[in-house]
Amino acid sequence: MASRIVSFELCGREVEVLVKPMTTLQFVLRNQLGYTGTKEGCRQGGCGSCTVLVDGEPMMSCLLPVEDVAGRRVTTIEGITPVEGLAPIQQAFVDTNAFQCGYCTPGMVMLTTALLDHNPAPSREEAVEALGGNVCRCTGYAPIIDAIEAASASATGDATRDAGVMPDRSGER
Amino acid sequence: MAKLRGTGIAAVNYPTGMNLGGDPSQALIHATTSGSFVVTLSSSDLGQGLRTVIGQIAAETLGVAADEIVIDTADTDTGPHCMGTFASRATHRVGNAVKAAALETRGALLEVAALELGAPVDRLELDGFGNVLVAGEPARCARVADVASKAQFQYGRTISGRGAYMKPKSPVDPETGAMDPDSTEAHACTVAEVEVDTETGQVAVLSIRSAYEVGRQVNPALVRGQIVGGAFMGMSHALYETTEPYYPNPDHKPKDFSEYVMPGPAELPEIDCVVLEVPSSTGPYGVKGVGEMTANSPIPAIVNAIYHACGVRFDDLPVTAEKILRGLESKRSAEGAGPGVTGSGSNRPDAASNAGSDASGTADAAGGR
Ligand code: FES
Ligand code: FES
Repeated sequence: MASRIVSFELCGREVEVLVKPMTTLQFVLRNQLGYTGTKEGCRQGGCGSCTVLVDGEPMMSCLLPVEDVAGRRVTTIEGITPVEGLAPIQQAFVDTNAFQCGYCTPGMVMLTTALLDHNPAPSREEAVEALGGNVCRCTGYAPIIDAIEAASASATGDATRDAGVMPDRSGER
Repeated sequence: MAKLRGTGIAAVNYPTGMNLGGDPSQALIHATTSGSFVVTLSSSDLGQGLRTVIGQIAAETLGVAADEIVIDTADTDTGPHCMGTFASRATHRVGNAVKAAALETRGALLEVAALELGAPVDRLELDGFGNVLVAGEPARCARVADVASKAQFQYGRTISGRGAYMKPKSPVDPETGAMDPDSTEAHACTVAEVEVDTETGQVAVLSIRSAYEVGRQVNPALVRGQIVGGAFMGMSHALYETTEPYYPNPDHKPKDFSEYVMPGPAELPEIDCVVLEVPSSTGPYGVKGVGEMTANSPIPAIVNAIYHACGVRFDDLPVTAEKILRGLESKRSAEGAGPGVTGSGSNRPDAASNAGSDASGTADAAGGR
């Protein structure tokens, strides 16, 4: 089948790509557009490292033919990262040591972004539920759940939700 | 049918480094014109935090702020030799090489500072904030950044250092097999609590609590990260993960990542630890290694807890629901024959003799590398 041009909104700007049918959004992001923040753990829907937002909903970009996002709004980790510093959710991941190798992190951050958009103060159970499709092989998930709670607390101004967070070690390296 | 609870304990004695023809690591450091220090290594950071702790060790030894250290692990073809990051060796062995390189670099820095300040090297000190001071004369000082710049543009000198660490290969005694392979040893003990569902065979791990003795902690947050992540991985090995579920029979092998069974955040038990610091005599600033060992003792602790809960001894991992149910079944059919029986995973003729051993006895998690 012939290649075709697909256009969509990527992190706030219009992009057009020439693709063969069934090319995944993940492939286009990483290999045609240079958006390598979206990771490639398994390419079969098993790990969530490729999670991006499509019209605000978290989706695994390795399972998504790019034709399916034509005319839609795609947000990747690059799109939520400010030019200077970090977004509050990213800062929460840093503060709780919620990553080691970092391979799962862009997917976890995008998932958290969508979760807190829909539910600004999720319970621990709701956070666990939301993480169900995203694999982390390093941290044992506990610090990631802490990060979600810390990000929620900083967004909602609820200091009592900080309970599970590690002590502040920002003075250490 | 019932949900049975049990508690198990296990300990690990974990060696740092290994006996690989000397198992060396080397490091090079040089100052840039702006007074930052580049530490060049071939040792890779897998996420355990090597770059952070090596930066801390270099900054501490040089007497500069950690912000001024740049860790370059870009290329194992062109960097100084390192055996690698495995066997929990990097903080210890790479750290020793970096400390030696930082000491030599510090000496070279102070030689240039001595020219600049007109004072002998032995009267100079670094304040840890980017300044070289003449001891007792606070007015006489120079910024490290200026010294580094002048070394290159005014004095034509390098500010650099080399470091190597190697433990000579230890010969093996052919009679006894005795040797001295490691650099130091860290220790841990884990207590796990489980609940075994005798109807479904499912095991829920309720808690994994450990005490670790890891030498001096360079970065306590990273140590805790290793311990918590390792406990979860240990649970995963104990109950879920295998590429060969019916080895040597190849049936039901996971063909790809989506079929590989792993626990997720819903299976997260309560994980906690305390860390004791007993400095090693051989590591930089007394460090030992805390990496792979964190997934070791949780495994036998969980398997011992299962035995405590339901009286079936398993010596084949992972302890799946199927093995639990088969183990409970053979226990029932052998009821009266003894206090416990072996799980179906084992064909070992001596397995029956294990069955009576104390459930909460210490099992040694041999430090698998
Ligand atoms: S790469 Fe998409 S789910 Fe693993
Ligand atoms: S930090 Fe390594 S996979 Fe999550």
